Amino acid sequence: MTHDSRLTVATAPETTSPAAVPMRMLDKRPQIARRSFLRGSGLGALGATVAPLSVLSMAPASAQAQSFPVLGAETGNTLVRMARDIFPHDKLPDRYYLHAEAPYDAAAAKDPALHALLRDGVEALDASAMKLYAKPYVQVPTEPERVVLLQAIEGTPFFKKIQGDLVTGLYNNKELWPLFGYEGSSWQKGGYLTRGFNDLDWL
Amino acid sequence: MTKETKFAFDDTSVVVIVGSGAGGGTLANELAQRGVKCVVLEAGKHFTQADFENDEWGMFNKISWLDKRISAGGWHHTKTYPNLPAWIVKGVGGSTIHWSGVALRFQEHDFRTRTHYGTVEGANVLDWPITLKDLAPYYFQAEKKMGVTGTQASGLPAMPPNNHYKVIDVGARKVGYKQIIRPVASNSIPYDGRPGCQQIGFCMQGCKIGAKWSTLYTEVPRALATGNVELRPESMVLQIVHDKSGKASGVLYMDKDGKRQLQSARVVCVAGNSIESPRLLLNSASSMFPDGLANSSGQVGRNYMNHATAAAVAIHRKPVYMYRGFDIAAVVADEVTPDTQRGFFGGYYLEGLALHLPYTAAFMKPGGWGRDVTSALEMYDHMSCVWVCGEDLAREQNSITLHPTEKDQYGLPIPIVTKTYHANDDRITAHGLVQWRKLSEAVGATRVVDMPAYPASHNMGTNRMSAKARDGVVNRWGQSHDVKNLFVSDGSQFTSSSAANPTLTIVALAIRQAEYIAGAMNRREL
Repeated sequence: MTHDSRLTVATAPETTSPAAVPMRMLDKRPQIARRSFLRGSGLGALGATVAPLSVLSMAPASAQAQSFPVLGAETGNTLVRMARDIFPHDKLPDRYYLHAEAPYDAAAAKDPALHALLRDGVEALDASAMKLYAKPYVQVPTEPERVVLLQAIEGTPFFKKIQGDLVTGLYNNKELWPLFGYEGSSWQKGGYLTRGFNDLDWL
Repeated sequence: MTKETKFAFDDTSVVVIVGSGAGGGTLANELAQRGVKCVVLEAGKHFTQADFENDEWGMFNKISWLDKRISAGGWHHTKTYPNLPAWIVKGVGGSTIHWSGVALRFQEHDFRTRTHYGTVEGANVLDWPITLKDLAPYYFQAEKKMGVTGTQASGLPAMPPNNHYKVIDVGARKVGYKQIIRPVASNSIPYDGRPGCQQIGFCMQGCKIGAKWSTLYTEVPRALATGNVELRPESMVLQIVHDKSGKASGVLYMDKDGKRQLQSARVVCVAGNSIESPRLLLNSASSMFPDGLANSSGQVGRNYMNHATAAAVAIHRKPVYMYRGFDIAAVVADEVTPDTQRGFFGGYYLEGLALHLPYTAAFMKPGGWGRDVTSALEMYDHMSCVWVCGEDLAREQNSITLHPTEKDQYGLPIPIVTKTYHANDDRITAHGLVQWRKLSEAVGATRVVDMPAYPASHNMGTNRMSAKARDGVVNRWGQSHDVKNLFVSDGSQFTSSSAANPTLTIVALAIRQAEYIAGAMNRREL
């Protein structure tokens, strides 16, 4: 045997015919958000105030504020807003974007050039927002208006850095994968030989 | 377990092989089985299957050749992948760790492109000094060795169709395609001491169970088991040295501890892939060979080919889950037959090639952003994905050259990879993308997103074979025209690219070359 037999998964039984078993579909809806919503409704039905909802809406912002001790909460908020505007997925709560942007804070603490790039980039973005809409970037109300501001800087090292890092910072986050119908590592489950590699039934 | 074989640095009887991938790993085993003593110098680490993860970026960072390279010329890589022109592996087993497994033979005309196409303006097309007939028996041996599915040589049945295969297969037949194939070097059932494919779906991250052929766990351990071979990983070859007569006498390399070592050699075989192999010859310039070793033709590092490629995803009405199962889905072979009525020389394959979500996000639209991108990515589970693999015409100006000042961690000049597509390449990829769109829409795809070429994984042609010494670097055996005991054993010896993925041909050539080298050594010609 030339392969490492410890890694060999037990030989799978003959695959079932696709017709016998319906296609194994995945639910892409955000499960956690749905449960929170139901819980909120339940509390509302019991006569509770809107407090639980306001806690829910406050929580990410305070988490955000704590995530940027070096860059500051305002810069952090702008980076998170910008991340969502670059790769807008309406079903994703802010925490996925925060997860992608938060590592900049520790990195900026060690890297003055990065710190300057982010600080100056956000400052310039806010300056152009003030000029065009008389508001800082995060307060510009609609996505199309903010996209105009981003289009104006998409060739800059600042934008390229944020966009480029988001490709992995956002989409390589394993917690996000189920929301896109992607299952990740499969060898430890014996691959897909008995888990729907050939169960497509709609052609 | 055989005791590890060791050879002395001053042992002048050994064949030194630079690289352990499809070319070097196969050559080492084939020579070892014939009793020839070899030292294999591999620049990368010796990973095992325990190191393999089902994680695209994790494995990219672990196994890719990430030493600095510079993209130059007219291709988009200068902007999208400025320091990653090529996507290959640095490790024992070389790029056979991450290759997709597609094992296609060249066709007769691929060896006779100059004869078939005539002079092509802006290209440097040349016939190979060998024919399909010369290589056919070695293709058979390679298919048997590698376990290519659906071939007479291996006797292996076809890989069972997965969802991704079915979508492409049905679409292809609806638009009139008939040659839907899937010759892959991964075990459809247990074969040659390795298990059958479990449809894990991370073939390009290193096959966790070893169902897909790689020299890492086939040729290399078998070569070592003969007791005729010593493998030295993390050994970066700096220079090939020669004696006063102009024969190669050994190689200078940097070992895993950063120390320079000189290994003597009776024969030197270079198999470092089509960027490193010419780079090594250029770096081996001496007073006797001022333009680089084996370079009297000036063709070392020229004629860099990497296939005319593009990719696309199609978004279907219902989920496909293309990541479930073997990475290669259906391969459409109808467009590979030359037909200049389509407006180009040569042909192409449409190869279903699954990406996982992280790579889809990275490669679908490099640098892209906004709802145009995210609305497509939200349909990742509904996607099918194609890679157009077409013939790339040799052009002299497409080249591997050395940076005049910038050096890498070994003190070697950084390689510059210059590539400008020929108009023929552009016509091939454009045609392929249109056909993919039709094929996908035939099964109801609602959106097709064209993607640019990936960093080059098929690198060929930079030390090409030629009948005449003035036209190329090596002869019909991959033997240098200038230096008798110097061989090129990888895809850099290709004279044309064909439309076929290169690995099967590299392996076939290595088997043939081993037979020649062993014979020539016995006859004392080497």
